[in-house]
Amino acid sequence: MENKGKLRAPVSQKPLVIEKPVDPSYIGGTISIEINEKKVTVPLGTTILDACKMNGITVPTLCHHEDLCVAGVCRVCVVEVEGMRTLQASCAYPITSPIKIKTSTPSVRKARRHIIDLMLSEHYGECYSCLRNGKCELQYLAKEYGVDNFTFGHVEAPRYELDESSYSVIRDMSKCVLCKRCVRTCIDLQEVGVLESVERGHNTRISTFLDKPLLDVICINCGQCINRCPTAALRANDPSDEIWAAIDDPAKHVVIQTAPSPRAAICEEFAMEAGHSLTKELNTALRRIGFDKVFDTNTTADLTIFEEGTELVLRLYKAIVQKEPVALPQFTSCSPGWVKFLEHYYPEQIDNLSTAKSPQQMFGALIKTFYAEKAGVKPEDIVSVAVMPCSAKKYECNRPEMNDSGYKDVDYGLTTRELARMIKEAGINLPEMPKSDFDSPFGEASGAGLIFGATGGVMEAAIRSIYEFITGNKTEDAFANANVTPVRGFEGIKYVELPLGEKFGPVPDVIKHLVPNWDWLKGVTLKVAVAHGTANAKKIMDDIKAGGKFSECHFIEFMACPGGCLGGGGQPIPTTPEIRKKRAQAIYSEDESLQVRKAHDNPNVVKLYEEFFTDGPCGHKSHKLLHTHYVKRGRYIA
Amino acid sequence: MEKKNREGSVIFSPYIKGESIIKAVSLKREDILFELRESKLKGRGGAGFPTATKWTLVAAASAEEKYVVCNADEGEPGTFKDRVLLLEYPELVFDGMVIAGYVIGAKLGIVYLRGEYEYMLKSLEDYLETMRKENLLGKNICGKVDFNFDIKIRLGSGAYVCGEETALIESLEGNRGEARNRPPYPVNTGFMGKPTTVNNVETFASVAHIVIKGGSWYCKHGTDKSTGSKLFSVSGDCDKPGVYELPWGTKISELLKLVEAKDTKAVQVGGASGICIPKSQFERIFGYEDAATGGSIMIFNESRNMLHVLKNFMEFFVEESCGQCTPCRIGNVKLLEGVEMLERHEYTFGYINKLKELGKTMQLSSKCGLGQSSPNAFLSILENFKEEIFNNGGNNGK
Ligand SMILES: Cc1cc2nc3c(=O)[nH]c(=O)nc-3n(C[C@H](O)[C@H](O)[C@H](O)COP(=O)(O)O)c2cc1C
Ligand code: SF4
Ligand code: SF4
Ligand code: SF4
Ligand code: SF4
Ligand code: FES
Repeated sequence: MENKGKLRAPVSQKPLVIEKPVDPSYIGGTISIEINEKKVTVPLGTTILDACKMNGITVPTLCHHEDLCVAGVCRVCVVEVEGMRTLQASCAYPITSPIKIKTSTPSVRKARRHIIDLMLSEHYGECYSCLRNGKCELQYLAKEYGVDNFTFGHVEAPRYELDESSYSVIRDMSKCVLCKRCVRTCIDLQEVGVLESVERGHNTRISTFLDKPLLDVICINCGQCINRCPTAALRANDPSDEIWAAIDDPAKHVVIQTAPSPRAAICEEFAMEAGHSLTKELNTALRRIGFDKVFDTNTTADLTIFEEGTELVLRLYKAIVQKEPVALPQFTSCSPGWVKFLEHYYPEQIDNLSTAKSPQQMFGALIKTFYAEKAGVKPEDIVSVAVMPCSAKKYECNRPEMNDSGYKDVDYGLTTRELARMIKEAGINLPEMPKSDFDSPFGEASGAGLIFGATGGVMEAAIRSIYEFITGNKTEDAFANANVTPVRGFEGIKYVELPLGEKFGPVPDVIKHLVPNWDWLKGVTLKVAVAHGTANAKKIMDDIKAGGKFSECHFIEFMACPGGCLGGGGQPIPTTPEIRKKRAQAIYSEDESLQVRKAHDNPNVVKLYEEFFTDGPCGHKSHKLLHTHYVKRGRYIA
Repeated sequence: MEKKNREGSVIFSPYIKGESIIKAVSLKREDILFELRESKLKGRGGAGFPTATKWTLVAAASAEEKYVVCNADEGEPGTFKDRVLLLEYPELVFDGMVIAGYVIGAKLGIVYLRGEYEYMLKSLEDYLETMRKENLLGKNICGKVDFNFDIKIRLGSGAYVCGEETALIESLEGNRGEARNRPPYPVNTGFMGKPTTVNNVETFASVAHIVIKGGSWYCKHGTDKSTGSKLFSVSGDCDKPGVYELPWGTKISELLKLVEAKDTKAVQVGGASGICIPKSQFERIFGYEDAATGGSIMIFNESRNMLHVLKNFMEFFVEESCGQCTPCRIGNVKLLEGVEMLERHEYTFGYINKLKELGKTMQLSSKCGLGQSSPNAFLSILENFKEEIFNNGGNNGK
């Protein structure tokens, strides 16, 4: 039983329950305390750590993470609370009485040093050769808190074997400090439940069900655990050496597509504040590295809107007019983490997944067919790379069915972090690059494709097109500036109703052969929902199973990662709620700055249907290249 | 469940099954709490928290459901007194639990029984059944309208840390036995997130007597700060090991005489997590103000090698740490390595001193009582047996 006893909230996860205040002086939900002999007032129930932060006092942490519930296990954040026999973990202590805190007493400093020393004594690794060098929280602690030698020794050999089985995540448990952030991420944040601590005492380690390699458990490759690991114990499976080799091989034609989210976050890898898009600088950098062509994944995001939108129309037509049994609501399929989650947890709902491939895979299929032909390059000579915010994309491009071009459609999925390293290795300072455009024949894409990077983006892009297709009105008439704000934002689950009204426009040419008119939609209210993070996805799925309000939906967008792709497992570390917000701002403001903001206005896509997919969206050819099928995996892997 | 002839002024004094329940339900809750406060009873599980305070907190918490949990995990090396109580005096333990249920307003009591005590399960279940028949459990207990209470027994999972009350609750909830963060405390957020009192077997047994005989009677036994009497589980180098009831304030030397220990070199008071007391200090008394103990007394005679004794303790902790927090998970390994260095005569005083400092950090910064007390033996043995360990290179004895 893979998950029996695993999918439970560990202690650490339980929300802090605030003790009932006993003192009547706690008026207005705040409380006066003392930190380092200074009187301050904080909201009741604030942790000591947050109280310190609010007052400009730094307390070191390691197991604490803003996205996760409290663990209180590393103990590096201990402080003195007057009257208490022991030191208290500040991240785990909710303030409910007028305590006096000291954050830098001799015993506190000594304890911190000892704790860091102890972690180092078990930590196998040399910072020089480590992926996290300069971005490692353990290293940082050692540097900041006075560690000047290995007081309690240092391990000379790895304690555990590397687990390199997964296409997406590599586990190097010899570098693990047992902060359990990954466990809390996998069990509580994502509710997948692959990682758990096993054994006791000194043998405690993070493991999988029956110690199986990660490839053989129900990991969805979301990489959220990587993003929260303070050390290099978890990292993505990095293909950059192979990509360098392809670039260096004159016989290879190396093309790269870049997804919307990396460009909005890669600045963080270059010592810039979060929230600056470096789209055009990145294009230049990629060419200088040696990629032969630089394409915009947003093009196939726009294409996705055509395919997935048409598929939705067809499903609705079948259900409403032809009264045939058809799987509704339709689920988006662009997030490979979500797709695998569904395949494992809700295999019986597999038919609800849109058969449209993700933009990455659509592009892959196009590059080795349409583009190869156009550019006069042999598909076997093309090496197709995709820069993604996502570690699951690595797995996705290796799915055996993803070879509709006759070749492996996408050769390598590269994360934002890995690309940043390549750029640095090439001696390029990205922010200083001159700007340049994407290469044709795909050129510039629409803002609709761009906002795929944020939770709600696919839905917004779909609405911008579907609304116009059906009503014949401008999206701007319904939503100011075509910003479909009700589906935006970081609320875990969003639900929106969109009455289609009584008056319809003509059926656009591309799908005229599929539906005669829109009259059958009279009086229909389009019901859509958006969920990000698989824990939220689970809520919707369970509601659907129980026949709740989401079962009445027509279309639901699911993203495996919190915040959508911008919070993906391949994005710069750290990723925090604040940083996700800034990345979203970068994406939405770039969208507003674009001329073309609707998928159906993207001239390149329109041309594709005229020249290549001549039987239209969901036609024969598009079915072959742009659509896929899924696997009912279930929870138990033999 | 045959009673041995045991002597004692409090716990082993005469008691009739159910009598304290019958009396309790005729009293107001506050009156029982008052007597408990008068008695100054402190928890017998080791930590010595005042029982009246704990119960008052749970009683005051407003919640639909509350729980009484009897900690019968008895995992501390060298303790076996709870076993005696459960086998021979279940009336005291269960009656005490029922009274707790009455006082705090709980409907369910759970006994967390050490896995190794599974052999008692059947007889304890049978005993509970007789209580149900006699209306000492069930609905409207002893005629008290709306006082409903029952007791369930759950088997422990065999880890020492599961005796720690929050790890015990985790284990009861079906999770990995790992200590929780505190606050919030179980009195507020315990089993299933509900207010819960966790008490030791002997604590409940003491309550049954206090309800019958009163708080001031109880105070007549023991010392001012440590009232009443205590069960001691005595093992090691003596002729009469076993369970003894002695008033708090008894001198170590008195106990040694009673159990006929000869040539005693050291007494480990409080189990592996306790402290090791050398001959020169045998006039110290047992009590919260001096040598506190949850009941475990291990006697070592002159033939014992204290470094071996210490090594055993440290191996125990390396094994039994739940492994979640850094100071305890790794700290105990470092202390054990230090002991091994001493054994091999490969140490520097500088490093040993660093380990002592580390021990203090572990006491201060570990997440739960296990890590907080695991360095006690290391620190007290190195301090009290310096001569033996450093001068003789730890080479004497077997
Ligand atoms: C590692 C560890 C093990 C413990 N084991 C036991 C035990 O076996 N039995 C027990 O009654 N208390 C044990 N305790 C103490 C409990 O945490 C708790 O304080 C006690 O059950 C409270 O009951 P009392 O107030 O009646 O003493 C242990 C504590 C620690 C830290
Ligand atoms: S994980 Fe951190 S501390 Fe360890 S080797 Fe890498 S950079 Fe250094
Ligand atoms: S990649 Fe996602 S599913 Fe896999 S172990 Fe990490 S958090 Fe869990
Ligand atoms: S793998 Fe990383 S996140 Fe997980 S416990 Fe180890 S150090 Fe922490
Ligand atoms: S002190 Fe030891 S037993 Fe307690 S929580 Fe920490 S590792 Fe676990
Ligand atoms: S950050 Fe508080 S215990 Fe780890």
